[in-house]
Amino acid sequence: MPAAAAAAVLLGAAAAIPNAATATTAQTVEISGFAFKPAVLDVAAGDAITFVNHDQEAHTVVAQSGAFKSSGLDTNDQWTVRISKPGKYPYFCSLHPYMKGTIVVRAARGMH
Amino acid sequence: MQRKDFLEHVAWTGAGIAYALSAGGLMTGTALARGVTGSIDFVQISDSHIGFHQEANPDVSATLQSAVNAINALPDQPKFVIHTGDVTHLSKPEQFGTAKDILSQLRAPLIVIPGEHDFIGQDYNSFFQAFPTPKGGKQWFSWDQNGTHFVALINVFDFEKMGLLGNDQLTWLKRDLAAQSRSTPIVVFTHAPLYALFPSWGWTTEDGTKAIAMLQPFDNVTVLSGHIHQVVTHQEGNIRFATADATAYPQPAPGTADKPGPLTLPHDQLLRAIGYRNVVLEKGHAAAIDDRRFA
Ligand SMILES: [Cu+2]
Repeated sequence: MPAAAAAAVLLGAAAAIPNAATATTAQTVEISGFAFKPAVLDVAAGDAITFVNHDQEAHTVVAQSGAFKSSGLDTNDQWTVRISKPGKYPYFCSLHPYMKGTIVVRAARGMH
Repeated sequence: MQRKDFLEHVAWTGAGIAYALSAGGLMTGTALARGVTGSIDFVQISDSHIGFHQEANPDVSATLQSAVNAINALPDQPKFVIHTGDVTHLSKPEQFGTAKDILSQLRAPLIVIPGEHDFIGQDYNSFFQAFPTPKGGKQWFSWDQNGTHFVALINVFDFEKMGLLGNDQLTWLKRDLAAQSRSTPIVVFTHAPLYALFPSWGWTTEDGTKAIAMLQPFDNVTVLSGHIHQVVTHQEGNIRFATADATAYPQPAPGTADKPGPLTLPHDQLLRAIGYRNVVLEKGHAAAIDDRRFA
């Protein structure tokens, strides 16, 4: 499958997602050398967080809480998640559970 | 019994005996000895990663097909072929379909246990639909064949801990082994290694020591695994451990790289690093393990 499979997942109550007038940022976690980079990512609620796999090996992105879960990401696949609820989201790769990362979600810009 | 009748008899009983004839038409000593003691031979293949298409092996279907062709060409067909998991790369329906198309060409009976790549998304059904267990259950199982007790364990159910049997399986194993005599040869299959081969790369089973303690009293135990895409052998008491080559691509030897993962080699070297394994078990002897590469 040459084309990168992309998927987007929206989490949380729709009401908590900032509307179009509120700026959200695109954030990226690179997966390479069996590591999530950066290992800790600060985002605003509703930001698009895209995981891109650069390894020959497949990886997944699974929240410890079960809040989000990607499918298997092949080489060059990417997967996007938006998290609306502020908090700390530790996650790991279910194929290589020693691969760990954390997403820290702040309240959305312009919402406080 | 005339020689011709004897040959027909062993062929008919299908006791897994190699009744090869020498050029002069006489049975070879090996064939006779195996007929007398009772033996079983089988083939192990592993880690086919159907769907993988990177430089470490751009055509994993072709190398799995090579394994099937080589096994089908064996003059004495193995009693069974076991695939010890990671049949697919991403647990996708079309990957299970391709794997099934190739593996179903085997002349010998096929047994498949799952690896973590076959359970992505905790979808266990896709695997078991493609490769039902002999008794139809969606879990571990055991069987007896030619005087040997075979146990197929699953240590990839819990995705947060790579290599875990869990209490249900350990309780089952204890009961299963209690019914065996100490002299019965035991062969155990797992995907991830049962012992702590290289834990920092996930090459271990977290509660494997509990299973190993249960196997320790037996005279002759062989534990055959996959997962690490290379042959590593290890001995603990009467237990012999041996991981197998992949049919897809090799991985670095433990600790020789920063991380595990596909190891890219020139094509001719790739074919010398992947293959299948022939195993012969004779009562009273340690398993004869013969790892055969494609080149
Ligand atoms: Cu991973």
